[in-house]
Amino acid sequence: MNLKSLIARHTVNIVATLLMGAATLLVLFPLGIIFYHIIKTGFSTINPEFFIHIPKPTGETGGGMANGMAGSAIMIGMASLVGVPVGIFGAIYLTEYGIGRLATTIRFCADVLSGIPSIITGMVAYALIVVPLRGFSALAGSFALALIMIPIVLRTTEEQLKMVPVSLREASLALGVPLWRTSLKVTLRSALTGVITGILLAVARVSGETAPLLFTALGNQFWSRKLTEPMAALPLQIFNFAISPYEDWHRLAWAGALVLGVLMFGLSLAARWVGRSKHAG
Amino acid sequence: MSTKLKLDHLNIHFGANHAVKDTSMDIAENSVTAIIGPSGCGKSTVLRSINRMHDMTPAARVTGRIMLDDTDIYDRSVDPVAIRRRVGMVFQKPNPFPAMSIYDNVIAGYKLNGVLKRGDADEIVESSLKRVALWDEVKDRLRQSAVELSGGQQQRLCIARTVAVKPEVILMDEPASALDPISTLKIEELIEELKERYTIVIVTHNMQQAARVSDVTAFFYIGELIEMGETRKIFTNPEKKQTEDYITGRFG
Repeated sequence: MNLKSLIARHTVNIVATLLMGAATLLVLFPLGIIFYHIIKTGFSTINPEFFIHIPKPTGETGGGMANGMAGSAIMIGMASLVGVPVGIFGAIYLTEYGIGRLATTIRFCADVLSGIPSIITGMVAYALIVVPLRGFSALAGSFALALIMIPIVLRTTEEQLKMVPVSLREASLALGVPLWRTSLKVTLRSALTGVITGILLAVARVSGETAPLLFTALGNQFWSRKLTEPMAALPLQIFNFAISPYEDWHRLAWAGALVLGVLMFGLSLAARWVGRSKHAG
Repeated sequence: MSTKLKLDHLNIHFGANHAVKDTSMDIAENSVTAIIGPSGCGKSTVLRSINRMHDMTPAARVTGRIMLDDTDIYDRSVDPVAIRRRVGMVFQKPNPFPAMSIYDNVIAGYKLNGVLKRGDADEIVESSLKRVALWDEVKDRLRQSAVELSGGQQQRLCIARTVAVKPEVILMDEPASALDPISTLKIEELIEELKERYTIVIVTHNMQQAARVSDVTAFFYIGELIEMGETRKIFTNPEKKQTEDYITGRFG
């Protein structure tokens, strides 16, 4: 073999490997910076008080974001109550029943819906719920979040259902099990871990959404008593505190960002872990 | 013997493809009917029409009649689910429910329909597994996953699952083609026993198998029923030249 060409090939190989390594680092770099920064600036403010107190009035130090975290949990929970079933049943319809034009149309609409900027989703919720009810409310915020969740859950569930072998559906149908029972108890059941992964990712996605809550839930400095009142949410609070002129609020915003970052990280890890257990068992 | 199934001028289209052409056949109760023919001749298509499995394929169109006793199974008023409870099916590849135990697989037809009576399960599982001669092999590990069984055992489990819901007819789509010779033999012995209670229609690629297990053989070629008759006669003295060419291995 020609020694020269061998050296040339090795050189190309080394250069290519280095380039790919550099690209990988470049991908990890922003994540590293973000976590480094929010941990560095936010960690000192994290204490029990942060999780159990609401923000103090300006001028007083201390306080926490308990109302924001609770508000986020409530609104994400309500959004999931609507978004998850609608997404899952929509996906079952598409894969198990949907044929022809209608299914193609629904699929297209879901894709468009998931591509719509979330601020527009917020405006729609404003027009549909805030205006008729004459006030900002947790309901409107949940509605906006549900609209964002539906296409995500729908498309991930659809992909998972498609992977269930036809032979399993046929086995069930041939036993005289109606299609709807087959869809729920055999097809969906077989795809369950993948579906749960999709739900977790959808929750992770909406838990960081700020724009659709700006003119729906609005935010609240205090505890909300009703779903028809404005409600605090963690990302909203971070936003409002970060642009405020007070040093104390900035610290709280950083702490909030840290909590949100850790939450997202945890959800992503959980989604991966659930997804992996499918292949193990 | 009385006629259990009657296919009457059956035509099946998939879009523009005319897969089964004007087929009529009578299938006697408690008999084994083998459908043979080269790949793509429409034999599985005929079989799947008997429990309305084509309902799941949007492009499929079935015309003509299939009478199950006195019921036209393609009549508008007939629920395909009710037909499938009377006409069970065993598939080419064993397809036990992977997430279920051996035990739960046997009673899957009841569990999935939510009609299992408390206390009946043990009895159904034992009698069904005994009927397919699987009981002795699995009775000590009923709670294990069904996918841990060998291919042959899985297929017998699928047959047990089918007989557990007490069908009248059992359709078998090349049930032994994915199995080794010993498992195949067991399935064939089983078919012999099952015909005492059920009417069996089996599609097979294996002509020796058709000769061994069936009472009546139907030969299909390019979507048409060429010849149907007593198995011994089809294999020793067929009337049609095409049948003879096929069973003597001249094509197919």
